[in-house]
Amino acid sequence: MTNTSVSEFQGCGAGSADQPEVRPAFLVVYLLLGIAFGAVLTRSEVLSWFRIQEMFRFQSFRMYGIIGSAVATAAVSLWLIKAAGLKSVSGERIAIPRKKLGSGIQYAAGGAIFGVGWALTGACPGPLFALIGNGVTVMIVAVASALAGTWVYGWARPRLPH
Amino acid sequence: MGAWFFKEWPWYVAGPLIGLFVPALLIAGNKVFGISGNLSHLCAAIAPGNIAFFRYDWRRAGLWNLVFLAGVLIGGFLASHTGGAQAIALSADTRVALTKLGIHDFTGVAPHELFTWHALLTVRGFVSVVLGGFLVGFGTAYAAGCTSGHAISGLANFELPSLVAVLGFFAGGLAATYFILPLLIGRL
Repeated sequence: MTNTSVSEFQGCGAGSADQPEVRPAFLVVYLLLGIAFGAVLTRSEVLSWFRIQEMFRFQSFRMYGIIGSAVATAAVSLWLIKAAGLKSVSGERIAIPRKKLGSGIQYAAGGAIFGVGWALTGACPGPLFALIGNGVTVMIVAVASALAGTWVYGWARPRLPH
Repeated sequence: MGAWFFKEWPWYVAGPLIGLFVPALLIAGNKVFGISGNLSHLCAAIAPGNIAFFRYDWRRAGLWNLVFLAGVLIGGFLASHTGGAQAIALSADTRVALTKLGIHDFTGVAPHELFTWHALLTVRGFVSVVLGGFLVGFGTAYAAGCTSGHAISGLANFELPSLVAVLGFFAGGLAATYFILPLLIGRL
């Protein structure tokens, strides 16, 4: 593996390294949106280990309903944005960079590894932070461990199949 | 505001609200909704070392997302301090299955048998938090995305890599649920 540009490897939070710097005033918007997202994660209970177990045991429609309707809402929104040719408030043409599948190994293997962690912690990355806010402060350790995991991936990356 | 606001929201309210973060971030600043990139940004900010993966301008790429993430923590705090403390209305089947495994405390959002500082000193607590957290970090970096980036943004954009990743999430989650958790919670 050779070094790869940022835009190629960051699917989550995405290849935005080549984007213009965010103006400080906009950071307030992202903070408010984040607060709203943390509140939604809490009220929807998707940050609950119990709800994740319910999902992986196929014993409730709830999580599937949430994920399914979230994807549908996002898909319709994307279609509307494209159809209207909208620009962002910051003045850029809106576009989601598409990922290339390649061999697919990184998505299958990385996905499965994350899946094990998802079931063990009962949380994906967003909920890990929302849980700390919810008072499950031991998740600070889980976040530190997740950072270690990401770091080890970065270190091992040239030797891993993608 | 009605009492519903302070209780658990039904799926048909919660799901569309979560989905709306995709257009909201795009319209605000052409940003793609995805949380796990923040773990890379934090590594790049704190300890990039000589690792090519972390040698990039994390402020330019991810400051907005780190601020969003700080908001997630604050939002979790605010929401949990404004709602009535109530147990999760878990399905009866799940309650039975988890009781068989050895989970008896169903108060709170995460079982106290696993997710307290005290439980961190037990094998099952340590594995759930420390190993679980490590795999979340490693796996999302390897797959270049998590539930938000792949399952929501990626699927909504009809991207095949995201579908492969989501199938991976479930394969891993099912394996952990049926093969690891019984050993972990039941025996240790």
